[in-house]
Amino acid sequence: MYRYDQYDQTIVDERVAQYRDQTQRYLAGTISEEEFLPLRLQNGLYVQRLAPMLRIAVPYGLLSSQQIRKLAHISRKYDKGYVHFTTRQNIQLNWPQLEEVPDILAELASVEMHAIQTSGNCIRNTTTDQYAGVAADEIEDPRPWCEIIRQWSTLHPEFAFLPRKFKIAVCGSEEDRAAFLLHDIGIQLVTNDQGESGFHIFVGGGLGRTPVIASSIREFLPREHLLTYLDAILRVYNRYGNRDNKYKARIKILVRAWTAEVFAERVESEWAHLKDGPATLTGDEIERMKSFFTMPDYKTVDAQALDSELQQTAGQNKAFARWLERNTRTQKQAGYRSVSLSLKPAGVAPGDVTDQQLETIADLADRFSFGELRSTHNQNVVLTDVLVCELFELWELARAAGLATPNIGTINDMICCPGGDYCSLANAKSIPVAEAIQRKFDDLDYVYDLGDLELNISGCMNACGHHHIGHIGILGVDKKGEEWYQIQIGGSASKDAALAKVLGPSLSREAVTDSIEKLLDVYVENRLEGETFLAAYKRIGIDKFKERVYAPTA
Amino acid sequence: MPQLLKDGKVIDNPWQIIEANDEADQEALPSGDILVPLSMWLNNQSVLENHSGAVGLWINGDEEIEGIAQSIVTAPVIAINFPKFVDGRGFSVARLLRDRYGFKGELRAVGQIIRDQLFFLKRCGFNAFEFDSEIDLDEGAQSLADFSDAYQVAADQPEPLFKRR
Repeated sequence: MYRYDQYDQTIVDERVAQYRDQTQRYLAGTISEEEFLPLRLQNGLYVQRLAPMLRIAVPYGLLSSQQIRKLAHISRKYDKGYVHFTTRQNIQLNWPQLEEVPDILAELASVEMHAIQTSGNCIRNTTTDQYAGVAADEIEDPRPWCEIIRQWSTLHPEFAFLPRKFKIAVCGSEEDRAAFLLHDIGIQLVTNDQGESGFHIFVGGGLGRTPVIASSIREFLPREHLLTYLDAILRVYNRYGNRDNKYKARIKILVRAWTAEVFAERVESEWAHLKDGPATLTGDEIERMKSFFTMPDYKTVDAQALDSELQQTAGQNKAFARWLERNTRTQKQAGYRSVSLSLKPAGVAPGDVTDQQLETIADLADRFSFGELRSTHNQNVVLTDVLVCELFELWELARAAGLATPNIGTINDMICCPGGDYCSLANAKSIPVAEAIQRKFDDLDYVYDLGDLELNISGCMNACGHHHIGHIGILGVDKKGEEWYQIQIGGSASKDAALAKVLGPSLSREAVTDSIEKLLDVYVENRLEGETFLAAYKRIGIDKFKERVYAPTA
Repeated sequence: MPQLLKDGKVIDNPWQIIEANDEADQEALPSGDILVPLSMWLNNQSVLENHSGAVGLWINGDEEIEGIAQSIVTAPVIAINFPKFVDGRGFSVARLLRDRYGFKGELRAVGQIIRDQLFFLKRCGFNAFEFDSEIDLDEGAQSLADFSDAYQVAADQPEPLFKRR
């Protein structure tokens, strides 16, 4: 993984000192509330319903065991002993004290971490595939490019006060696991006819109140031009994005108003001035970045023998077999697998982990996964590069720590925002809905029979729980001061990205789980052999689902 | 006399800002150094040439400067007005003036700017800062040096960090 040199460390240390001074001036009353707001937001600090919330950056989801141990320590010392993994691969503390945030940031800086630009109207953490470097369908490892973007976007002097927040995702594989078409800029690594690597650039995707799938503005950008081209896009957006109405301020609204063609022309004419300028990437810099993401020291193993041994173990232990099927994934490196540690056992807010579990995760990473791990946009943790013959041992340890619920990719692996329990924006609670669904669908055979199913829950239309792109999406709405829920179906975050359609009038919280069951019944009754929920929906349409859910009760 | 932060020092600010008005009325203009609105600068050069003091101009951050850049870069001072401190358009316009149109004079940030933006403003090419609120300029000047280095190319640093590390 990327390691700081003295330049990176100095910048992060100076950021801590800057924010410490700002906090002191705020507490002394010499910075007004209005002026302090963007300063604290750009250091990750929200003021929430019950307490401040601090969002810590996890660049493109990559963490070391040392960093995880530091987070465990921070959660004990400054918080209530747990942290929350977010849908943008970041980590949140729910109960920090505003006065102590500079100390927390200093602790983070000691392990090469920060909370820079995790909130506010600026360029946020760049996200990517949790299987970067090991995915069998990978075209190129996206992480060196993510780190290049991280450094470029960190404290960019021109783009700290954009019309609205700005999110970038990079996709380096055939299948999309970064939802990159739902970002302000989506970057897909591609190879052109001459075999040169570069980028297909998309802009204007996003969720929120007006969900939009990004539009292509350049099919091939040679790799050395990445930063000058990003500068051009951001400059056009910074100058022409709407600043009068925050609900119309995202780049997607500008792209839609101008059309993607016109937006692309504006970017190209700005870029004409920046192209080949001093920010053009050099081969040396690209190689330097790639040198941080080399493959670990894999052992040469008899993969076939290991695999048959594994199948034998699985044959004797049904619980292990279930976990193996749902929570592990083959890699391009034979003899190794990637393991998902589920942060979604029933009864726990999706994505929450305790300090003890963090310590266990760090130990597991050291023992089985070369000391590294990844956070995922589905709010789980992935350990890559686990030797197949060590999976059983890993499973036993993970299970003892409550990290081996075999539900990855199932209806119970839902994405869920903190909702009305924590968030001051929310119209409705989301965590109790998630829990009710997990309790209702606790029969594993039934859940596995349903197959891959993405269920996403947001407590309001800001869509932090990505409800628009769930196969089933649940949106909390306010109806005359009461919490109601709208159900949507047919969304998808993969390369065939689609936005879900609203099923019908919103429902009471009590009616949500029964309605989900009715949707699943319609699927099970109508599916063809091997057909997923999403595929069945696409084939049979929304009406059958709608009729069942809204049928008058006898 | 009001004060100003320029090139890292607190100095007197003799410049008066003339509010938006298309027509320059020589009688109505105050004596001394003035910053006139863009429209007055563009349409009244003959009147402004006869002004007793020095003449610069001010623009808003949303100005389309591409078409008029050549007519304004000759000014001794260009001020960019920030109607709200969170309106970041002025940062881009400053970079265009410095990087693309080669403006060498004083580039001044005016309006609702805050001390904690000074480092970024300086990087985008501003060298003078006129605050619309009461602040201790000597203390505020410390924020110009919040960071000792930066990753990006900007008006104050022609080479990105990756070429210097």
